[in-house]
Amino acid sequence: MTRKPAVKAEAREGGAKGSNKIQRRPFVAELLSRRNGTLVIPGLGSPTWDCSAAGDSPEYLYSWGGMGLAVPTALGLALAQPSRRVLALTGDGEMLMGIGSLGVVAELAPQNLAILVLDNEHFGETGRQTGLTQGRTDLCKIAEGFGVRQTRLVTEHNEVADLAKLLFEIPGPTFAVAKIALSEDPWCLPEKDGAAIARRFQIAIGVAKS
Amino acid sequence: MTETGTAHWSEDVFREMKRRRIETVCTVPDGGLTRLLNMVKADPAMRLITLSTEEEAMGIVSGQWLGGKRAMIAMQSSGVGNCINAIGLPSILKAPCLMLITMRGQWGEFNPWQVQMGQAVRPALEAVGVKCFPVDKAAEVGETFVGAADLAFNGGFACAVLISQRVIGAKGFGQE
Repeated sequence: MTRKPAVKAEAREGGAKGSNKIQRRPFVAELLSRRNGTLVIPGLGSPTWDCSAAGDSPEYLYSWGGMGLAVPTALGLALAQPSRRVLALTGDGEMLMGIGSLGVVAELAPQNLAILVLDNEHFGETGRQTGLTQGRTDLCKIAEGFGVRQTRLVTEHNEVADLAKLLFEIPGPTFAVAKIALSEDPWCLPEKDGAAIARRFQIAIGVAKS
Repeated sequence: MTETGTAHWSEDVFREMKRRRIETVCTVPDGGLTRLLNMVKADPAMRLITLSTEEEAMGIVSGQWLGGKRAMIAMQSSGVGNCINAIGLPSILKAPCLMLITMRGQWGEFNPWQVQMGQAVRPALEAVGVKCFPVDKAAEVGETFVGAADLAFNGGFACAVLISQRVIGAKGFGQE
């Protein structure tokens, strides 16, 4: 009996597996330069290093742990500060660990919340093991399935201006996935004292006094 | 001063939540919380957030505190296991994390599948630094909630009120 060939995931919009082109560091730096006061909740690991590398800001809540909580934290903040735009900036593994939170986001639908997943299809921090988004998992379709109406798949660096509009201007909640290359970037480690990061953040947005 | 002994402990807790400007309650519901959750839902000044898993509350309460608001979580004891790693977030930020937990797997439990987590709730929470406030009399739930809430919001601690199954009553599955 002949074995059937393994079923390959269908080619996605944006090219074949392993063809991600976007370089995360310049992409995130250019995106954040357009954030216009948006508060940023980066996920643990690489998205936090990306924010730090783009230039330190008290409006970034750097994270070194709590995998799966970037979107819930950004949601809580967005509901507490409806006049401020809030971006959850995370990775594909982190997003999947907290994937149900997209249902909560869709249900509450805060207009000031945006989510960007930097999707390199790997667990970059732990040894570059393959992640589920390299296979059949489609984060934009998942978000749509939860009821997040505005989604976008980004595969080219030159889409950054349109992406900035989606994340920083258009009434949310908005959700985007940027297919980024699996890259090795220099460490750029920010403050790791959580209470100090939080206090600096609260002072910057006027919730706490210095 | 805290009055106790109203018709139901949920009313004591709800009154103290209002006094403390807790506006948002995150939940994966439990039968024992029905009355309290309905009161929150019916209050136009409050927000009830239904979660897909309890750990999401650790992010939401942290984000609420960062933005200057007070939130808490109400859940069944089985949800505690889902939260353990996530409790590190509010703890490291020094964000208040107030948990109201209705217990399963202890007093007269019918369902043995609830017992492992139910019995582990307090040691598991204490292992990750959560201050636990068990209560097994309905008339004392309100003041216990006050003690936990004030420690949480005044000091930026994670505090859990553990309401015994003795207060809630064991779920009988129609077998009693």
